[in-house]
Amino acid sequence: MKKLSKGARTDLLTYAGVIIAFIIVSVLKANGGLNRSQTGLLVPICCYIVMAVSLNLTVGILGDLSLGHAGFMSVGAFSGIITAMSLANVIPSAPVRLMLAMIVGAFFAAVIGFLIGIPVLRLTGDYLAIVTLAFGEIIKELITCLLVGVDSEGLHIIFNVSGSKTANDLNLLEGGKVIIKGAQGATGTKTIASFTAGFILIMITLVIVQNLIRSRQGRAIMAVRDNRIAAESVGINVTKYKMMAFVTSAALAGAAGALFGLNYSNLAATKFDFNTSILVLVFVVLGGLGNIWGSIIATVVLYILPEALRGFASYRMLIYAIVLIVVMLTTNNPVLKTWREELRSKFGKNKNKEAKDA
Amino acid sequence: MKFLAYLVSGISLGSIYAIIALGYTMVYGIAKMLNFAHGDVIMIGGYVSYLAAKNLGASPLVSVLIAMAVCTVLGITIEALAYRPLRSAPSLAVLITAIGVSYFLQNSALLIWGANPKAYTPVISGTLQLFDGQLSVSYISILTVACCIVIMVGLTLFTGKTKMGKAMRACSEDKGAAQLMGINVNRTISLTFAIGSALAAIAGALLCSFSPALMPTTGSMPGIKAFTAAVFGGIGSIPGAFLGGILLGVIEALARAYISTQLSNSIVFAVLIIVLLVRPAGLLGKYTQEKV
Repeated sequence: MKKLSKGARTDLLTYAGVIIAFIIVSVLKANGGLNRSQTGLLVPICCYIVMAVSLNLTVGILGDLSLGHAGFMSVGAFSGIITAMSLANVIPSAPVRLMLAMIVGAFFAAVIGFLIGIPVLRLTGDYLAIVTLAFGEIIKELITCLLVGVDSEGLHIIFNVSGSKTANDLNLLEGGKVIIKGAQGATGTKTIASFTAGFILIMITLVIVQNLIRSRQGRAIMAVRDNRIAAESVGINVTKYKMMAFVTSAALAGAAGALFGLNYSNLAATKFDFNTSILVLVFVVLGGLGNIWGSIIATVVLYILPEALRGFASYRMLIYAIVLIVVMLTTNNPVLKTWREELRSKFGKNKNKEAKDA
Repeated sequence: MKFLAYLVSGISLGSIYAIIALGYTMVYGIAKMLNFAHGDVIMIGGYVSYLAAKNLGASPLVSVLIAMAVCTVLGITIEALAYRPLRSAPSLAVLITAIGVSYFLQNSALLIWGANPKAYTPVISGTLQLFDGQLSVSYISILTVACCIVIMVGLTLFTGKTKMGKAMRACSEDKGAAQLMGINVNRTISLTFAIGSALAAIAGALLCSFSPALMPTTGSMPGIKAFTAAVFGGIGSIPGAFLGGILLGVIEALARAYISTQLSNSIVFAVLIIVLLVRPAGLLGKYTQEKV
């Protein structure tokens, strides 16, 4: 282990942690150690972990605040649902369909991410944030207008701008099936998502993101974050690397969305609104910007917290809000910060410097 | 005539956005933070004026004044407890704290007043008939537009002419230098929050007079729209917030009437994106060239 650099060691520990957590949870699940509501949380947690890690790529590594990450999840979810549902008769094996759905979801989210990236990445700071927010809302409303059905002739898609059309206007042949019903969203989806698929998706995400960060491209992306002008002056193509991070992040969010969409039999586009984007952003910031395993832990803790607080019934979201504020206040308190750094330097490990550099 | 009616409803909706956006833009200009809790202060303002009118039997004007007082205190308290300790923290930390405050206010309202929508009594009712009754303009629209213009002019004069206003501009320019000139930065920021929150209370009463269903989530969407309006006009600029709010309202009303009800928000946001691509600092914002 000595030969490994610090970064590589953290990466390996992250993989190991995720694998161990998966094994423990799987064993618990097999032995009936988890009740029904806890089992129901597993797949969403996996999806949100992927969401948080991918958003961390945009916010923490690229340094651009994105408030529309749920939009990519939405694109992935609905394209994934359409894929899985329309291939239901062709491919009988559920895992294969799930995998295809995630690939298609990731592909469409990446395309949308590329299209959005062209205008968005020319802006900076709060203006960039507001435009990503705007795109998130636009995607949500466009999907609300979508009517999709499938029959033996293939897919039927109507774009319901006037709001007057219904599923009957799809003119489906007999035996056809409506997949997305406008504002109601996807109904009657076969839920083929599984915890194992979620685990595999997390591992793939980690491999992609961590290798990207440690690569030449990743260093270029971080250089752009730290000082755009300096990076440009040493010959880094700013637009290219920004786009690379943004599209990768969108594609991963799309895959997570496909998994999420196939975990529920009914799913409306309004699920992926501004609040969902904010929720993921909270995971990322509380876990630490640019810190991958921090995002994972923050997601798990914060996703379980409202469930764990069920005993407090209606007070739980209030407590959640207070926890959020208190955590932000204490982690950023200057007195506590210096005290923590003193403690660290006292115990010799000299993480101090690294924490500052990061 | 129909077009005029849509235009009037757009302008009055836009005036509400403008009032909220003025609060946003003042706070942003001075504290350089997106105050996500602003929309929820609007909601609290709405509830307070509703309760004052219902339980105390206060007249609409008095109920709005009470709401303004409560929201001012609330705004100052939020700033002192949640934002002031983070003055030197990274901006994302402040953003997350603001989101936390927003959740806190929404869920407190949910616990205290319940999820059922309350029927708000408009502060003023009746309509004005113009052109032999072909065009009817409600008094609340007229009141809203009037309020908005008065507030905009008042704020411009305040920041331009008074000593406190000058202090505010100094703080938004450079906090350190302002402090060296003997300006109490903390007090100035508190004052900004107080003004912003009082405006939010007025906006709350007007918003609820338009769409009388008052819920704990009433403030969120108008809050986001108003934020968009502030960016649209150039964030930090008072006339910009006014212009952005009015334009946003008009675009939304016309899009709803002529293009698609379902896509009205998308059209508003699409226009925002196009404007930002042409003018990256908003319509009236100052574009500062990056110095190397």
